[in-house]
Amino acid sequence: MLPELGHFALILALLLAGLQAFFGIAGAHLRRDRWLAAVAPAVAGQFVMVATAIACLVSAFVTHDFSVSYVAENSNSALPLFYRVTALWGAHEGSLLLWIFLLACWTLAVAIGAARLPVRFGARVLGVLGVVSFGFLLFTLATSNPFLRLIPAAPDGRDLNPILQDPALAIHPPILYTGYVGFAVAFAFACAAMLEGRLDQAWARWTRPWTTSAWAFLTVGIALGSWWAYYELGWGGFWFWDPVENASFMPWLVGTALVHSLAVTDKRGLFKSWTLLLAILAFSLSLLGTFLVRSGVLVSVHSFAADPTRGIFILVFLIIMIGGSLALYAWRAPLLRSSAGFELGARESFLLFNNILLVIAAAIVFGGTMAPLIADSLGLPTLSVGLPYFNPTFLMPILPLLALLPVGLHAKWKRGRLAQQQRAILATLAVSLVLSLAVSFGVFAQGKILTLVGLTLGPWIILSSLVDPIDRWRRRLTVSRSILGMTIAHIGVGLFVIGITVVQSFTQEHDVALGRGERASVSGYEFRFEGVRSMEGPNYDGVRGSIVVTRGAAPLGTLYPEKRRYWVQGTVTTEAAIQMNRGTNLLIALGDDLGAGRWSVRIQVRPLISLVWLAALIMAIGGAIAGSDRRYRAAARSAAEVASGGAAAQERAG
Amino acid sequence: MNRFALPLALFALLVVVLAISIRHSPEKGIIVSPLVGRKAPGFALPSLTDAQHMVSSGDLQGRWYLLNVWGTWCVECRAEHAMLVEVGHSGVIPIIGLDWKDEDDHALEWLAQLGNPYQAIGVDHDGRTAIDWGVYGAPETFLVNPQGVVVYKLVGPLTRESWTQDFLPRLAQPARARL
Repeated sequence: MLPELGHFALILALLLAGLQAFFGIAGAHLRRDRWLAAVAPAVAGQFVMVATAIACLVSAFVTHDFSVSYVAENSNSALPLFYRVTALWGAHEGSLLLWIFLLACWTLAVAIGAARLPVRFGARVLGVLGVVSFGFLLFTLATSNPFLRLIPAAPDGRDLNPILQDPALAIHPPILYTGYVGFAVAFAFACAAMLEGRLDQAWARWTRPWTTSAWAFLTVGIALGSWWAYYELGWGGFWFWDPVENASFMPWLVGTALVHSLAVTDKRGLFKSWTLLLAILAFSLSLLGTFLVRSGVLVSVHSFAADPTRGIFILVFLIIMIGGSLALYAWRAPLLRSSAGFELGARESFLLFNNILLVIAAAIVFGGTMAPLIADSLGLPTLSVGLPYFNPTFLMPILPLLALLPVGLHAKWKRGRLAQQQRAILATLAVSLVLSLAVSFGVFAQGKILTLVGLTLGPWIILSSLVDPIDRWRRRLTVSRSILGMTIAHIGVGLFVIGITVVQSFTQEHDVALGRGERASVSGYEFRFEGVRSMEGPNYDGVRGSIVVTRGAAPLGTLYPEKRRYWVQGTVTTEAAIQMNRGTNLLIALGDDLGAGRWSVRIQVRPLISLVWLAALIMAIGGAIAGSDRRYRAAARSAAEVASGGAAAQERAG
Repeated sequence: MNRFALPLALFALLVVVLAISIRHSPEKGIIVSPLVGRKAPGFALPSLTDAQHMVSSGDLQGRWYLLNVWGTWCVECRAEHAMLVEVGHSGVIPIIGLDWKDEDDHALEWLAQLGNPYQAIGVDHDGRTAIDWGVYGAPETFLVNPQGVVVYKLVGPLTRESWTQDFLPRLAQPARARL
């Protein structure tokens, strides 16, 4: 009964999304205030329906209802409760339902916040979100219904893909999707502004907190995915430029540009059309990512079952959403001229560089991801892409971006007198350079050019981001949350640069064959192999090795790398053992049984690798703090009063 | 034309590319190689395991073989390696490895650790051969017949499923005829 109820709830949600879209957009256009009044209830109703659908599917998983085909394919009676719940988004159909649910949550939040917006504008925003939701619901119901029954019911399920039976990957999709879907809100604000034909600083102030929080979620989501890849895949990489990784990275790059461009629109009323375009692009790339992953035109480790019919549906949806919004942009953006100007050395210039370089970086990732498809459709021999393309090309826009960041942090709005800041810029640069030389040659006794560049840029960015808050503190001004958040996020960027540089320059990696009691020594750490024991988990068996680690005479503990064999699908996974020691990451993965008690063992010593993910988390925390600035709420309220007052006056005049 | 219409024009181009890619991927959306049904490109590459010899397409004439493109930097290659070892050891068909844009010592370490399913491995440092073969991303596996014609191409890791469903049936008839 429950699966049918869930299916029915989804159909009702589709109808409500249609009403929300129609009343929101047409009502605002035709100025029918009674239509507008129906928008918020439609949002609330849609949320209740989608939540009901999700609850029905979760209950099917929890109660082992293998008569539901999606449950039979992605669960098993031996699967622990936690993974039975997260198996909900273990494959295509459920992931879509999760996407829709998160969109319903964001939309509800916008509807609550929209009470402070001008009525028609708020209705337009919700209307555009309704269109997005309608498309996804129709897609789910037409091609990917998770509630389909399996007759006769399966005696037991095929089990959740073992690679997904991991806490980090279990919570990775909801966080990542929250970020993706959050960009739908920025997109809706942009479309509403274009429909309205008006975009002012108040608009940027309404849009900023939503965009910044979506960006923060996306940052955490990507970092979690990379962290998972690091220890689950077991051979020490944290970024593979895989199409699915790129699909989440492109919206992040454009989203980062959008966050900065919005700051300029908010503070100075500039970059209006540019901000709109970035808002459209960030969400379009999220949608395109969905297309690439779901349609199966690109093959990847991460991709779920591919199906060309779904590809065609998504393509049509892309044409309507992206094509529609870009057409609206071509028509309306020329109306939004900015009158104010700025000087070359002003902060606006640096933010413009930031935008351009980030968009170039996104274009490079896009080009690499799409190259095979483009070559294929032109009938050319296929281009080769991969790590050898991405790593060097990506650095080209990113290095100048990182070098301009500390200078830009010293620059003032509007006026370009960098000469006043020259001493501070050079002083921070000199300190960073000394630090960089000291670390390269003092600690690691080696250094290449890129190592020195990275180790100089990192501290320079950190020191420069402290300039503004320290200056304010000395002048006894308050440090607002948006400035505090910005400072923290930029410190995160600096730490990230340091982390990546150290990891890439100073990692030691060895594959050794070890018998019981034998030792290997890497980077001053001693590893003693104590043999393997067989073991059994809830739905897998396997072996667990134990390796005692010492440094000098000091014992650092024992590491237990595992090889697991999951019963149902027969898949073997490698669970690397990881230990932190003063920021250095020791990773041990079990290779093959070489016979006679000997095993091949991969030992990696990666200094500071956890800093990479920690730094991403710090960036996200910065974003969350900046997004919660009280100024946005207060400003929204007063702007709304002014706007509604204005509208009322207009109506009286009309 | 106003410059604000430029994004729309670029998007229109993208749609064309995407539409063609969907049309080009009839089964399970896998990119079909234009090479299938045509003569496989020739190659002559230094051998990874034997510095004295070259691995060349000329030596493979008149035989069925699999050409497997891999690299130690490639995630999926590790995933498919066990299956390759199984196929290689079954003796059904020789596997020629194309070690693509890789470091020789990494590749040798990899083989020592995971086993060597290949009859011979050509080293493609600059990726020229891979470009000739239209390699989109590692791993890829080509099935080539005794006339030197590419019969089938698999993009992505070789699995038991694809081995039994896509490779063996294409191989079965001639293999039986040879016996």
